[in-house]
Amino acid sequence: MGDVALLAAAGEVGGDFFKERDSDSLPCQAQPDHLFCFDWAQENIDRYGTPTLQHFEIVALSLLFGFAVAFALALLAHRNRWLRPPLLAGTGVLYTIPSVAFFFLLLPITGRGRDTAIIVLAAYTLQIIYRNTMVGLANVPDAAKTAARGMGMSERQVLWRIELPLAVPEIVAGLRIASLSTMAIATFAVFIAREGLGTQIYGQGNLTFPTSIIIAAAIVIAMALAIDAILLSVQRLLTPWRRARPA
Amino acid sequence: MSAFQLPLASFGGAIEFIFTPQSSNVTGGEKVGGFDQVVELTLKQLEVTLLALALALVVALPLGLYLGHKGKGELLLVGLANAGRAIPELALIALVAAVIGVGLLNLTPALAVLGIPPILTNAFVGVRQVDQATIDAARGMGMSELEIIRKVELPLALPTLMGGVRLAMIAIVATATIAPLAGVESLGDFILNESVYGSDGVLAGAILIALLALALEGALALLQRRLTSDGLKLKTS
Repeated sequence: MGDVALLAAAGEVGGDFFKERDSDSLPCQAQPDHLFCFDWAQENIDRYGTPTLQHFEIVALSLLFGFAVAFALALLAHRNRWLRPPLLAGTGVLYTIPSVAFFFLLLPITGRGRDTAIIVLAAYTLQIIYRNTMVGLANVPDAAKTAARGMGMSERQVLWRIELPLAVPEIVAGLRIASLSTMAIATFAVFIAREGLGTQIYGQGNLTFPTSIIIAAAIVIAMALAIDAILLSVQRLLTPWRRARPA
Repeated sequence: MSAFQLPLASFGGAIEFIFTPQSSNVTGGEKVGGFDQVVELTLKQLEVTLLALALALVVALPLGLYLGHKGKGELLLVGLANAGRAIPELALIALVAAVIGVGLLNLTPALAVLGIPPILTNAFVGVRQVDQATIDAARGMGMSELEIIRKVELPLALPTLMGGVRLAMIAIVATATIAPLAGVESLGDFILNESVYGSDGVLAGAILIALLALALEGALALLQRRLTSDGLKLKTS
């Protein structure tokens, strides 16, 4: 019998595969110690589309909310020195609570679903973005601020035209760290929302199927690196003076 | 009003689960939860966390100090730090369990992998931040390179280094929550097996894991204060 033709035919019907007892003719995914099944990956790559999109949406929304809150907190703390210790401690506590535990701490309040995942992931980014924004603002040379005031700028103008633009490298650095780790941690969202690439790692027999775990992980890492590259370009665009004068 | 009663009742049930064993639907009459099991699982999560953190330190600390002392490998470390952050923890643990195997011996190195990048980069940055004049002075006093690392660079780098250790600990203890996926018991058992422990057990597990992480973070913060030389404290405060 033509084994190859038989296997190809069996591929169409799926379940019949596993009746085959001769281990040489078993498809890759039914062999006991396979690592990666290229044929399976090629045939099933479409199933990663929706989880990838969900994963991206969860991460993007988390970063958006996290950035909005952290940036606002940083501006408040920049004006009001007394807010700094409690904000640093508060965001530190949020950062320390493991995300899986955080999901289920919120479960009685916000329930299962994407909202809970986004709240937790956004809370997780607060410390990194807040702290980097504060560092960026603190690094602005006093001379630049004095010169701006000498030119007649109001405090508000000094903040938006001088301090924040000069703090952009640190702020974007914070966003980059936050986006890398949020991308990775968002796989845990499967525990609370059954969404994202975590679904292709945990659940439906995927835990014992390395091919699916590897594909999901590869997509997560590729997306993380792509967003990192985008943020780096954004930073370059926002700080033209840095290119003129290589550091 | 009822919107607040429901969460409060859930938390009350979770607290009860922590202190007194509860009946379960699937264990055939055997009670689950209660203080003894809580202590047992807390200790197990603590054990695997500390083992992995120790392993990460053993690997990353000497390498980070050495590279920092030599001033080499900055690009490599930046890349490693970024790659380390992008590793999906769930995939790492699942893959180790599926391909290499389950149990403490397989899980500990996998968790250590998460702790190595922050310790390595912070050790490197901490050493690089040491004033060159200080190092020259130490060399002028006749210290060997090893002595300079141990007696000058390490103490001065300590606050930064401990920052890295704390980041490593947070990553490791968080991921130790899913240790049950790799056949190692931890407080994550309460969360991952809702059918056994019920919703009270899940919430109790979440509370306990959060408290464990915060306690570890507090302990490392205290340790950092104890280890930092008094001279440095004067300068920073």
